[in-house]
Amino acid sequence: MALSLEEVRKVALLARLQFTEEELVELTSQMGDILKYVDQLSELDTEGIEPMAHAAEVQNVFADDIQQPSLPREVIMENAPKHDGKYYRVPAVLGDE
Amino acid sequence: MSILEYSATELKKKLEAKELTSVEVVTAYLNQIKEYDGEIRAFSFVNEEEALNQAAEVDSRRKRGEKVGLLAGIPVAVKEVLATEGQKTTCSSKMLENFVSPYNATVVQKIKDEDGILLGRTNMDEFAMGSSTENSAFGATSNPWNTDYVPGGSSGGAAACVAADMAPLSLGTDTGGSIRQPAGLCGIVGLKPTYGRVSRYGLVAFASSLDQVGPMTRTVADSALLLQAIAGHDRLDSTSANVEVPDYLNDLEKPLAGLRLGVVTEHFGEGLDEEVRQAVNDSIEVYRSLGATISEVSLPHNKYGIAAYYLIAPSEASSNLARYDGVHYGYRADEREIWQELTEERHRLVADGDERSATSPLVKMYCKTRSEGFGAEVKRRIMLGTYALSAGYYDAYYLKALKVRRLIQKDYLEAFKEVDLLIGPVTPTPAFKTGEKTGDPLSMYLGDLFTVCTNLAGVAAISIPCGFSKDGLPIGLQLQSPQFHEQQLLRVAHMYQTQTDWHIKRAPLAS
Repeated sequence: MALSLEEVRKVALLARLQFTEEELVELTSQMGDILKYVDQLSELDTEGIEPMAHAAEVQNVFADDIQQPSLPREVIMENAPKHDGKYYRVPAVLGDE
Repeated sequence: MSILEYSATELKKKLEAKELTSVEVVTAYLNQIKEYDGEIRAFSFVNEEEALNQAAEVDSRRKRGEKVGLLAGIPVAVKEVLATEGQKTTCSSKMLENFVSPYNATVVQKIKDEDGILLGRTNMDEFAMGSSTENSAFGATSNPWNTDYVPGGSSGGAAACVAADMAPLSLGTDTGGSIRQPAGLCGIVGLKPTYGRVSRYGLVAFASSLDQVGPMTRTVADSALLLQAIAGHDRLDSTSANVEVPDYLNDLEKPLAGLRLGVVTEHFGEGLDEEVRQAVNDSIEVYRSLGATISEVSLPHNKYGIAAYYLIAPSEASSNLARYDGVHYGYRADEREIWQELTEERHRLVADGDERSATSPLVKMYCKTRSEGFGAEVKRRIMLGTYALSAGYYDAYYLKALKVRRLIQKDYLEAFKEVDLLIGPVTPTPAFKTGEKTGDPLSMYLGDLFTVCTNLAGVAAISIPCGFSKDGLPIGLQLQSPQFHEQQLLRVAHMYQTQTDWHIKRAPLAS
């Protein structure tokens, strides 16, 4: 499957990344090489093989429902790029300001 | 003998016998860092003042006859990816350049609980993505054996500091070889424990189904010591295994009888450097002379490891790294620049009569923040992972890779019916030169051929020094074991070190 520049542009938006046109061209070629390499997996017959998503195949690890102390808000806020002490500040989600 | 020549295990004895103080030990290591780290650049932060204070405190407790921990007074270097309270936890990324962790990773807490001294933080490939430590946002680390060469990665700083006698114990992390490969290229010991053996709580996630923390040291005994301190179940990591931790230290000297070693046919194929092949073959003969039975085994799906790994790891990374949004913590792009770019885009779209497709300010903030905060390799992997997980490609790439992962695991299960451990090279070649592979990501990935399958299968493996190339670069030997057989792995690796002196050789540092 050859990868097109437009596909890469679309994936960039999905990944919330932006690139210059020059970077997009290089990325398309590098990702294309890598995808060509990984295409060798298609020569394997994996019909009926159970996918392995995890090395420790544990399920439903429950913790007791006990209230425990968590880090104070001001300690957490300290690492935020912009906050008002109570909430994180972000640019407008809709519209301009 | 000088302090720096002692292994951590020997230091522990000297400290216990009160022949040395921790302040003396820490001072010796701090001096070595001052002298040589300007050239090696293994550390991103040296915890000088606190380390000395902590050492003095442990010394005085010992002097008063109080109980002290397993690592009492011994310095430990910590990889940048492990959260350490009150210290910058940057993952060698601009994204987290100013992030100060509000809590300790479980492994860091365990080091502190055992009275180990936090010596400093070590450089790495950004977010642990890379095999050379050239992807650090804060500059590359050099290989102490020859500073024109890479130390390997991603735990390159963690390996180089041990190889340059700047730390006796070092914590690394391994997602596809990131402990074993740099250990091999720097001539030290690196252990990747079984998935779940060590808690991942506070290990900044790269690929959660593959990541594991482990020791990097000069001797196998030292790795056993450090593993003893960090292994065990942790309620804060639901994937950590509730499996009893054996006494790795006591069993180390137990003689090994009837050991069956399997030589993986696929590890000795095309692309294996002649000098590496020779060194590994010589090591196999050492084991044969010790009474081990050597047989050939096959891991038929080994050759698909890189392909499966470079779909699975980036897929998990693309999901894990979505958290860097410029909101909760870490870097955010300059807001004036964000607005400026939005205005320019608006003008362009108005001219095209397509105003409705304008980017929202929040999306623009995400995109610009992430593009400026992440380096090229991290972005490449996020892109690959996003692509592999996207509609229309999920089945062909991600799901296919998960099925191949199952086949790779089955190979291991079959092989371990025949033999106790697998033996082979850790890398196809010794260290490469800085800059040699940076333009060609795929060639960098192919170097992980012998290490990625260990993580995919979730088994344990160790890299130990087993020789040198003609150019004086270290060569590593890899032993792999079934899940939770670290005890046996350490014992067998230790046997080798009782017969050889590769681990005693020291890098020729120039001040």
